[in-house]
Amino acid sequence: MKFWTGAAIVLIAGVGLPLLPVNEYFFYAGYMVLSYVVLATAWNILGGYAGYVNFGTPAFFGIGAYSAVVLFKWLQAPLAVQILGAALMAGLLGFGVGLLTLRLRGIFFAIATVAVIFIMETLMVNWRYVGGATGLQILRPTVELFDTYTRMLFAVMAVLAVGSVAVARYIQVSWVGRGLRALRDSEEAAECSGVPTLKLKLFACTVSGALMGAAGAPMPMYLSFIEPVSTFNLSYTIGALGSAIIGGMVHWAGPIIGALLLGTLQQVVTVTISSEINVLVVGVLLVVFVVAAPEGILGLIRKWTRSSSR
Amino acid sequence: MFSLDLLFEAVLFGVLLGCFYAAVSIGLSVSLGLLDVPHVAHPAIMVMGSYFTWILSSKAGWDPLAAGVVLMLPFFVLGVALYRFYYEVFEKRGSDAGVRGLAFFFGLAFIIEVGLIFAFGVDQRSVEAAYIGKSFSVGEYRIPMRMVVAFVVALVLTFALTLYLSKTFTGRAIKAVAQDLLALRLMGANPVRIKQWAFGIATGVSALAGAMLIIISPVEPAIDRLYIGRTFCVVVLAGLGSMTGTLAAGLVLGIVESIVLMMFGASWAPAVAFGLLLAVLGIRPQGLFGR
Repeated sequence: MKFWTGAAIVLIAGVGLPLLPVNEYFFYAGYMVLSYVVLATAWNILGGYAGYVNFGTPAFFGIGAYSAVVLFKWLQAPLAVQILGAALMAGLLGFGVGLLTLRLRGIFFAIATVAVIFIMETLMVNWRYVGGATGLQILRPTVELFDTYTRMLFAVMAVLAVGSVAVARYIQVSWVGRGLRALRDSEEAAECSGVPTLKLKLFACTVSGALMGAAGAPMPMYLSFIEPVSTFNLSYTIGALGSAIIGGMVHWAGPIIGALLLGTLQQVVTVTISSEINVLVVGVLLVVFVVAAPEGILGLIRKWTRSSSR
Repeated sequence: MFSLDLLFEAVLFGVLLGCFYAAVSIGLSVSLGLLDVPHVAHPAIMVMGSYFTWILSSKAGWDPLAAGVVLMLPFFVLGVALYRFYYEVFEKRGSDAGVRGLAFFFGLAFIIEVGLIFAFGVDQRSVEAAYIGKSFSVGEYRIPMRMVVAFVVALVLTFALTLYLSKTFTGRAIKAVAQDLLALRLMGANPVRIKQWAFGIATGVSALAGAMLIIISPVEPAIDRLYIGRTFCVVVLAGLGSMTGTLAAGLVLGIVESIVLMMFGASWAPAVAFGLLLAVLGIRPQGLFGR
């Protein structure tokens, strides 16, 4: 119950805030932070619970963005339809990737997902309809209720963030999450105890992919532009994976903490210093955390409260 | 448009290119194939080698190939230190080293890439030497000299490593680590010291591979991303840890990429290595010469 009250409050704040006269830049930056929350939460379903490292975040994010563009260009579809279509396509991609590669473990699964990014990127570079290598300008439709399109996108991303956290939390506390944790610790033991490991992995891969695709769908509208190199950029990988690992992978709250921290830090660093430094900051933080605090911020908090309660 | 002549030229070029791909992958073949380290940062370290070669070559006037050979020593030391660190932090702790070890090397690759951007900028860098830019003709085909240099170095590297691993005592110990760690420990050998040594060799070889990379084509800091596909494709296709397999897999990739380049154009070329990698992982994960 506590979770749903919290979720409702965040939801009301996320949709209500853009209606208030707050500085436009807040929503511009906040949108990116929220989309990192979605990406990190989605990444954690497969990476944190099941222990399968997915480097392919940009592939799912990108297929979401390109699906939205196609739906918009072809049918003038509204944003909600674009997001649904994007989640469907990315979910299908997740299912396909899962089917092809989930027999693989560790680094081989991870490298296979990198391959998917570059294959998707090459396909989009060579597809004229969506602009090819040069990209495509997108004219935003007019927006009702909200003052600007960016404000509306902020509200949409807030809804997506709350939704994906609810999905991740449901998976964590249900038998699905227990099964995923079991197969993370030992796939053989889980299979022998009757856990349907392959089905669970496919499910996690599909849901994780679909959520990443939904996060990517509003991106072309946000930028009014789409182009393959920046859409399929590996910096989304390090952002999603870094947020989950830095925040803590065992609980649904970890990726949120990590994404809020990294996302905000990135916005500040990109504005004040440069975008290269921002990748460096994430890389250094990631390495420092996996070496010095492998349980992430959640682990640090847990350790701290345990020692102070004694 | 399609002719046997063109195909022959593509295959010829592919063979030269393929040997180069084998050479850039052989370090990974040792570190991932034999030592089981998820070394995603291998291409980034290689590109770092290219930039150090560039410094020695353009600032100090060294021959790039000689620079690559000399750089092998500091890179060997770097590799030993890197493995020691990885062992102490991840392998020794044991549990769940998978996710974090991978994240560690991935983060490391990004740090190296951005470090190179800060030190050298995002512009392309290239080196000069007597054999770069020249070409000679065989019949009606023109073969660029720099490709031949890479071809020869790749062959020498592969055979040297194959001999080292099968004939010397330490080399056999490295292979033994790959086969049965526990048995090696029971024989009274220290697997950590052997793995450390082998990882050093793998990293040292990457320096020479980096030198060849900048001889063959101009280098920019983010080029390591493309070589993630090429090196892992070769190593997986070869079957983990097989040196002669690495050479054969390099040839396969080189020839396929060269034919695709000729038939469909340059914009499809980056997908070849990744597509082949995905196909091998999906259909035959043990590779062509797998154990």
